[in-house]
Amino acid sequence: MIGLLVAAPLLGAALLLLGGRRLDRVGHWLGLAASAASLVFALVLFTDLLGKDGEERSLHQHLFSWVPVADFRADVAFQLDQLSMTFVLLITSVGTLIHLYSVGYMEHDERRRRFFGYLNLFLAAMLLLVLADNYLLLYVGWEGVGLASYLLIGFWQHKPSAATAAKKAFVVNRVGDVGLSLAILLMFTTFGSFSFTHVFAGVDGASEATLTGIGLMLLLAACGKSAQVPLQSWLGDAMEGPTPVSALIHAATMVTAGVYLVTRSGVVFDAAPDAQTVVITVGAVTLLFGAIVGCAKDDIKKALAGSTMSQIGYMMLAAGLGPLGYVFAIMHLVTHGFFKAGLFLGAGSVMHGMNDEVDMRRYGGLRKHMPITFATFGLAYLAIIGFPYLSGFFSKDEIIYAGFAKGGNEGWLLGGVMLLGAALTAYYMTRIMLMTFFGEKRWQPDEAGHEPHPHESPLVMTVPMLILAVGSVAAGFVFDSGERFVKWLEPVTGLAHGDSPVSHGEVSIAATVVMLLGVGGAYLQYGRREVPAVAPAGRLLTRAARRDLLQDDFNHVAFVQTGNYLTRGLVYLDHKLVDGMVNGTAAAFGGLSGRLRRVQNGFARSYAVSMFGGTALLVAATLLMRAV
Amino acid sequence: MNPENYLYLAALLFTLGACGVLLRRNAIVVFMCIELMLNAANLLLVTFSRMHGNLEGQIMAFFVMVVAAAEVVVGLAIIVMVYRSRHSASVDDASLMKL
Repeated sequence: MIGLLVAAPLLGAALLLLGGRRLDRVGHWLGLAASAASLVFALVLFTDLLGKDGEERSLHQHLFSWVPVADFRADVAFQLDQLSMTFVLLITSVGTLIHLYSVGYMEHDERRRRFFGYLNLFLAAMLLLVLADNYLLLYVGWEGVGLASYLLIGFWQHKPSAATAAKKAFVVNRVGDVGLSLAILLMFTTFGSFSFTHVFAGVDGASEATLTGIGLMLLLAACGKSAQVPLQSWLGDAMEGPTPVSALIHAATMVTAGVYLVTRSGVVFDAAPDAQTVVITVGAVTLLFGAIVGCAKDDIKKALAGSTMSQIGYMMLAAGLGPLGYVFAIMHLVTHGFFKAGLFLGAGSVMHGMNDEVDMRRYGGLRKHMPITFATFGLAYLAIIGFPYLSGFFSKDEIIYAGFAKGGNEGWLLGGVMLLGAALTAYYMTRIMLMTFFGEKRWQPDEAGHEPHPHESPLVMTVPMLILAVGSVAAGFVFDSGERFVKWLEPVTGLAHGDSPVSHGEVSIAATVVMLLGVGGAYLQYGRREVPAVAPAGRLLTRAARRDLLQDDFNHVAFVQTGNYLTRGLVYLDHKLVDGMVNGTAAAFGGLSGRLRRVQNGFARSYAVSMFGGTALLVAATLLMRAV
Repeated sequence: MNPENYLYLAALLFTLGACGVLLRRNAIVVFMCIELMLNAANLLLVTFSRMHGNLEGQIMAFFVMVVAAAEVVVGLAIIVMVYRSRHSASVDDASLMKL
């Protein structure tokens, strides 16, 4: 049954990608059906799990032995516990909604069948990632989602920017993947096994240094996949892909794989406090980094990408807090999956009606033209800024509270950073909202002279948006009432309460106040005044943030140029030293031979002289030897 | 008569022959100088035979004569052929083997 979860989309992908043109007309429905089948299986399994007691909610399925060599075993086996189940439900439900949305969004694309094939491939890989019961199989899924992400970012490969963005995402992810493979190798040498059970059981006997090493390598992997500092640079460019891809892969599911990895390996991280500190630092830095970038971008998708980075920063930070935060990291992950997917689908709907314009300075006043998009986007917006009693309010406040509960100065620092992040979140989201849906219309005819005629998207696109909006509104409340979500996940991740200097109520009030400050700031800047159609020059920080806080410049100087100098140096050494030695030896022998050749002058008498000379020398030597 | 004098004569003849081989260009003269050196060696062999009172040196001298005779046959034939084809008996002219 668990295998079917993965098999359905995998079969869909195989059919769509190998089926050829004869499937062009039904391809998208086929893809949707594969995804929906997976969702149905997931729901059946979910009810099955719910019927069991808390501690026994874990299913195993051993498919086959993949690499059985002597004592070494690598199996294809699945494990479905509460954590995996949460992910499976998120992936299949959001995935199915986005498949449905894509039917409308990609309607005019002649390669729609292939698009759905890639989406199905992504679903299969992502499900494999969260269902694997060992790190090696997880790695297969990990690479699979990387591949699908590459294919989908570069789906419009006729655009050079998309092709470059796909390559960039792939290369940056590869840096993270090195971390994962090193972590797996370290696990194998330390514990002699890849499976979660064996690794976690062996943690007690391993040295802290090894565990810190494994933790840091896992974190590197998580940074790559989840676009955390310092491997964050690919996410903004990944927005070159079609918007449903940004919604599914680069907002709701794939980028959360890093959080899954850290949470799943919680046992390792709990035993390596140094690694946990690094996780927290990465999360806190990314949280602010993404938020600042999000405040400055005029491209609606890139602003949302900054927001995604920032929100995953929250999750990463929470996961670094250990049992204090695991549950809330996952809870925020799920609620974020709903409202961020809703936001991206809304952005896609806006672009759909605006001739694919992405510059928010060219929008304005769209609420009258797209009422449904406006309503759903607005609800998701209220959810992400943490408007009281919407989903973001519950999950984010819990994370901020967990930060304070870390205790001591650290707790105050983390809580402060997260509150600042919350204010920035409210600011940039309000900015997006105001620039897109309020104010006067600012759109102009494009180069070809087509005046955009903003219109509401077809039903097939608005229905998923409506469902996601309902999720954004209700998820937090459903999860929080009776601590349902906490009780559901606690058996897997554990739960600690810490002792916080502030109460839950105080955190909620503080978060709401900073949220209102952020909203107010954005309103003063973009609501009261007219938004200029051309971006003003801006101060230093704004200009830096527009350039993604110089991330690409930094990478260029630190890695590209250094690499270039290194290769040039190596080429120079190769030419001068290695080639020089070989060539020098050859030239020395050549020159010597040239000189020796002169002795062979062809005159018999000179040969005779050398014979006489040689004989005389031998005789002299013989005499000398006898004299001595 | 002191047999040592024959040794001096043989050394003198050998040196003359060697100088002739190294300095003269005419192949016939070079050839004759080689014969001179061989005969100087023969004289030495015979002298030593006499001085030590056994016959081995004289037997060796006969061997050298036989070899020298054979060498003359081959050598003269080569020289005549070279002269016929190149109209010169100079050893320096026959330097086709040099690079």
